[in-house]
Amino acid sequence: MSVLSLLLSLAYLGLVFLAPGALSNLFGLLALGATAFLRLSPTWRTLNLALLTLAFTLGLVRSGNTLGLIGLVGILVALTTLPRIPGWIRALLGLAILLLSVPMAGFANTFIFELGIQIGIYAAMALGLNVVVGMAGLLDLGYAAFFAVGAYTWAIFGSEQAKNFMQGNFPLPGEYMYLFMAIAIVTTALTGLLIGLPALRLRGDYLAIVTLGLGEVVRILANNLDHPINFTNGPQGITPVQRPPIEWFRELMGTLGVRLDQTTDYQLFFYLLVLLMIGLVVLANVNLANSRFGRAWVAIREDEVAARSMGIPLLPTKLLAFMTGAAFSGVMGVIFAAQRTFVSPESFTLLASITILGMVILGGMGSIPGAILGAAALTILNLDVLKTFSEFVRTSLPQIPSQVDPAKYERLVFGLILVLMMIFRPEGLIPEKRHREEMAASPEGKQGGEA
Amino acid sequence: MLEQILALLPQVIFDGLILGFVYAMVALGYTMVYGVLELINFAHSEIFMIGAVVGVEVFRYLAPHVGNGLLLLLLALVLGGVVAGITAILVERFAYRPLRKRGTTNRLVPLITAIGVSFILQDLVRFIEGLWHNEFFLRMRTVEDLEGSVELFGGAIFAQTKSFILMGVSILMLLGLTYLVNRTKLGVAIRAVAQDLSTASLMGIDPDRIISRTFLIGGSLGGVAGVLFALQYTTITPYVGFLPGIKAFTAAVLGGIGNIPGAMLGGLVLGQLENFFGTYLPILTGGNFGTEYKDVVAFLILIFILLVRPQGLLGQVVKEKV
Repeated sequence: MSVLSLLLSLAYLGLVFLAPGALSNLFGLLALGATAFLRLSPTWRTLNLALLTLAFTLGLVRSGNTLGLIGLVGILVALTTLPRIPGWIRALLGLAILLLSVPMAGFANTFIFELGIQIGIYAAMALGLNVVVGMAGLLDLGYAAFFAVGAYTWAIFGSEQAKNFMQGNFPLPGEYMYLFMAIAIVTTALTGLLIGLPALRLRGDYLAIVTLGLGEVVRILANNLDHPINFTNGPQGITPVQRPPIEWFRELMGTLGVRLDQTTDYQLFFYLLVLLMIGLVVLANVNLANSRFGRAWVAIREDEVAARSMGIPLLPTKLLAFMTGAAFSGVMGVIFAAQRTFVSPESFTLLASITILGMVILGGMGSIPGAILGAAALTILNLDVLKTFSEFVRTSLPQIPSQVDPAKYERLVFGLILVLMMIFRPEGLIPEKRHREEMAASPEGKQGGEA
Repeated sequence: MLEQILALLPQVIFDGLILGFVYAMVALGYTMVYGVLELINFAHSEIFMIGAVVGVEVFRYLAPHVGNGLLLLLLALVLGGVVAGITAILVERFAYRPLRKRGTTNRLVPLITAIGVSFILQDLVRFIEGLWHNEFFLRMRTVEDLEGSVELFGGAIFAQTKSFILMGVSILMLLGLTYLVNRTKLGVAIRAVAQDLSTASLMGIDPDRIISRTFLIGGSLGGVAGVLFALQYTTITPYVGFLPGIKAFTAAVLGGIGNIPGAMLGGLVLGQLENFFGTYLPILTGGNFGTEYKDVVAFLILIFILLVRPQGLLGQVVKEKV
């Protein structure tokens, strides 16, 4: 077994050297599957993973085929989930993938950076929503509203937009983005308070509907607050939004021996910034989960009545979860606005909210690696797999009308994923321990009634 | 300004009534499924949309062959109801039943499934229409017999013939449904399952069959509503179900969810309020806030109702079991 999987990995490395591209990457994914699912000793497994990391990186640099990125995500998942791999190896390989492989691939093909940044932004948001849905069990269908509030907080002041209703020197210089990341925490947490105060008195289904409604309200406001006073510039959106100056970053990279050009400097900068944010968000998540509040959230999620009778104040505890999740989303909104230099209501629809929810569910509610994996999977699916498939259909079957372009069927694929997940694996891909127990059907649970 | 408001008022009330009946018809489907399964069947919006699309297609293909407009409409209503009803049964069979069989107690699971199903149906219809006609915006074909109009109260109200048809059909639907639920054997079984699923099955009721029929009835009502919606508002897209669906749910909650007359009442109240704000907001605010904000009003009403009277206008308080 061990020899077989090692041979597979070596064969892939060889293939990447000779003929990098989609086919050899598919073979690599196969080798990764073998490494993950065959019975291997930890040493062999580690060796294999290291080899595959090397091979996927090489594949990405040489051909830019994004299947390699899926492979790298797969290795990260393997590193977090497979048992008995020494901790320092997990850390080393993981950091190597995030800090070396992806940037190197990004220099070869900037789309990889774009994908990485989008995955990162969504992963951070999924982690935020994970606090709300996964830990506290509050179904929020309007989460993109907070993302919108964060994005507009910076977009309005980081562009000429603010001149419409304020005296002053706008756009604010790019450095202010960092300040606005802090301000966005406040504005989104306040929005969370505003939405949560009425909504969180309700439970379950009603909460879902009300958050959906309020999410729509925020979108309608973004769409229409271009009159009587022009705050959001309506459906056209706001552009250009300032980015922070990064001369210091270029110099720093220069001393490290990395030369950046105009197309990749900001990409690398935002990629690293997003990684840093994810690190912080994960840290916050872990600490929250083990804190007094984390335990109170889980108690409320498991049984609200019991939690209340144990003296947990329901509304404040739920509000805190709601505001924490909102704040995470708000910060990422600021980064999103700056990275794209463009903000419009289109990015904050119900579909966006549900996509983020789908990431949490796909990964496994309450599970931190799960939320990140979910974000990676759905973002790659939307931005890459469906688009590539569209391209393929358009070139090979040109007689099919453009209405049937696969890239337009994001919802169909996404709906199928949601339904199939709920039927076959409601606990998610990387389930959290407590959720797994809860989701497993128990005969007593059937009569147990309302959860 | 007051003069302007008063002059428009009869028309606003009449249009609000039409809108209200549409919401009421859709709300009936929501309320039935919720009454039996305690599930917010998000996919009901899409069942409604499917009805509307079938209506458009029937008019597109049969209008040249069927001379009589009323007969054509009847055909469209029947076909729309049947197709939507069958879709609803299939949704129940393949998406909701597996969850019930496994017996997860988590309330989020069926809700997320419902959202998933609703996305699938939207894009599926888009796919079919795209492949079939290469169209996204579907236009209802006009038939002269149905395009008549009258002016009531000395011209204060401009009313189309089809508006009266819409009202008539929805009142019939309400009466029929009330009769079905209260007077027939199927109705008794539905109420029994709604009370307590496991006890009902001990009494010789097959819950799966009853639930399936509930979906059939709710779905066909939604489909009929969709056909009438298409007739009234003429432009249909595969995503047209979402907003009326959410508002119909609001209406169902407003009236007291699970309560059939309540759904009707809730729909009418919501239709009035929405049309009122939709027309008068631009006038009252001097054009600063437009019609777009009528949706905001609907959502705010929902929140307000849930906070003040969560059981709805006609609902009863359900005691919490501990």
